[in-house]
Amino acid sequence: MNAEQLKQTIDLAYLFGAVCFILAMKLMNSPVTARRGNRLSMLGMAVAIGATFFNPAIRPENLLLIGAAVGVGVVGGLIPAYRVQMTAMPQMVALLNGLGGGAVALVALYEFLDALQKAHVPEPVQRVTTVLSAIIGTISFSGSLIAYGKLQELLPGRAITFKGHGTVNILLGAFTLALAAMILMMGQVTAAAFFALIGLSFVLGISAVLPIGGADMPVVISLLNSFTGCAAGLAGFVLINNSLLIGGALVGASGLILTLLMCRAMNRTLGHVLFSSAGHVLVAGTSTKVAKQPKSYSVEDAAILMSNANRVIVVPGYGMAVAQAQHQVKEMAGKLEAMGVEVIYAVHPVAGRMPGHMNVLLAEADVAYDKLYELEQANPLFPESDVALVIGANDVVNPAARTDPNSPIYGMPILDVDKARTVIVSKRSMNPGFAGIENDLFLNDNTVMVFGNAKTTIGKITAALDNY
Amino acid sequence: MTLVAIATVFILAVFVGLEVISKVPQTLHTPLMSATNAIHGVILVGGILVLGSSEAPPMQVIGVTAVLFGTLNVVGGFAVTDRMLEMFKAKKREVKK
Repeated sequence: MNAEQLKQTIDLAYLFGAVCFILAMKLMNSPVTARRGNRLSMLGMAVAIGATFFNPAIRPENLLLIGAAVGVGVVGGLIPAYRVQMTAMPQMVALLNGLGGGAVALVALYEFLDALQKAHVPEPVQRVTTVLSAIIGTISFSGSLIAYGKLQELLPGRAITFKGHGTVNILLGAFTLALAAMILMMGQVTAAAFFALIGLSFVLGISAVLPIGGADMPVVISLLNSFTGCAAGLAGFVLINNSLLIGGALVGASGLILTLLMCRAMNRTLGHVLFSSAGHVLVAGTSTKVAKQPKSYSVEDAAILMSNANRVIVVPGYGMAVAQAQHQVKEMAGKLEAMGVEVIYAVHPVAGRMPGHMNVLLAEADVAYDKLYELEQANPLFPESDVALVIGANDVVNPAARTDPNSPIYGMPILDVDKARTVIVSKRSMNPGFAGIENDLFLNDNTVMVFGNAKTTIGKITAALDNY
Repeated sequence: MTLVAIATVFILAVFVGLEVISKVPQTLHTPLMSATNAIHGVILVGGILVLGSSEAPPMQVIGVTAVLFGTLNVVGGFAVTDRMLEMFKAKKREVKK
């Protein structure tokens, strides 16, 4: 094989990889074929990476170094991947996404320094894409680490901000862009300018994500995922590589779609999610409402209510996830079904800390996915159901979204649990949720509260069901 | 490839991405996010190329870190996605009463 044929063969392998990625996403359209899709994209990735080793530019003396780095990465990636609990999936994805962003930024840094050392001036487009992929990759890296910290609760989940934070962010963004423009326009650039650019982007990523509350983290992760994809695609311009170009563009586009879908589910704009909390320091305790006491029920009362119901609609939220209560829920549902009670699950698009997070947890507990109802399918069923069982969900069932124009979540589509005959809420305490918004649902006449850890509560209800 | 050819590939891929993703059901959004997360790990190809062509230690440090990060992204991403999707395997439809 001569050099030209070798290059063509390698390029064909990259094309094969890219086609696998596209088909994989297509197979993701159904739960039945999704796993096959992921396996296909693994194959595509393996072929693309394998082909890279045949590139004549790779010096044989570096192979050991590559092998060592890949080896450490494989072991370091597999161990946490098989240990992480399904509940912790959002932060795992955030961390992996950050690493991807970091890798893109490092490749861009390398390309820049390499060109500088060899006094080689790349094509204008390649210079622009190098700078852009460095900026976006770095923002994705530092932003994802902050998102990881918040979800892992290493950092407080609430918005971390100060007066004038919004202005600081705008200035940081402006400085970054100005420096980028300077680097691109100056004939003579120094490595220091490029390092400063990466430093600024790093700070910008941190400063932009810090003020965003924990409840909005799914949107942030999805957006940063899209960022890393874009950055990888831009790196494809520099390296002239189809698998990077196509893979990156696919992820960039799909991440953006997913982000917008999530924002729509919350009835907010992306801008509102990203920028509204910067600089707004929340003042606690402004509620002037006359305190009304919620009705507190025992687990036995809850068991009686449910065993006599025609249908129980389970509404899971993050509280179920943190308590790891999904297996108990499934067991309880099994007993209720044996008693002739229909049990279905209503899943809000933003329940949990990642879109579809609840679906993953319920699937883990072996709940058949045809029992999971989406918002539009579930809402008409509440008025004709005896019991809605809310497990650790809060904002997604808050009627203020329908009734109170002053509420921060006004206009967000919610699950109409309050229309069920009785609402049973399993919750740790009366504390407002992650987003810190009061919920009048808990004070309604047809709502009863069962306080305690969701796993313990549901376990006790299941045991109590044996008596009825 | 010429610049126009590169840009064509990139832009068409964006449209393909928009098209194939809008049909994914909400149930699969988390695995989808995680799967696409693994796919952008394809930057590992770039990492291997730069590390492979590197000549001196400071540049090799950058290359090694890029390859390490890229590998963690690819391997971790695919493995967690596979674990999640395993749970979604077709289950027998339970008989409704």
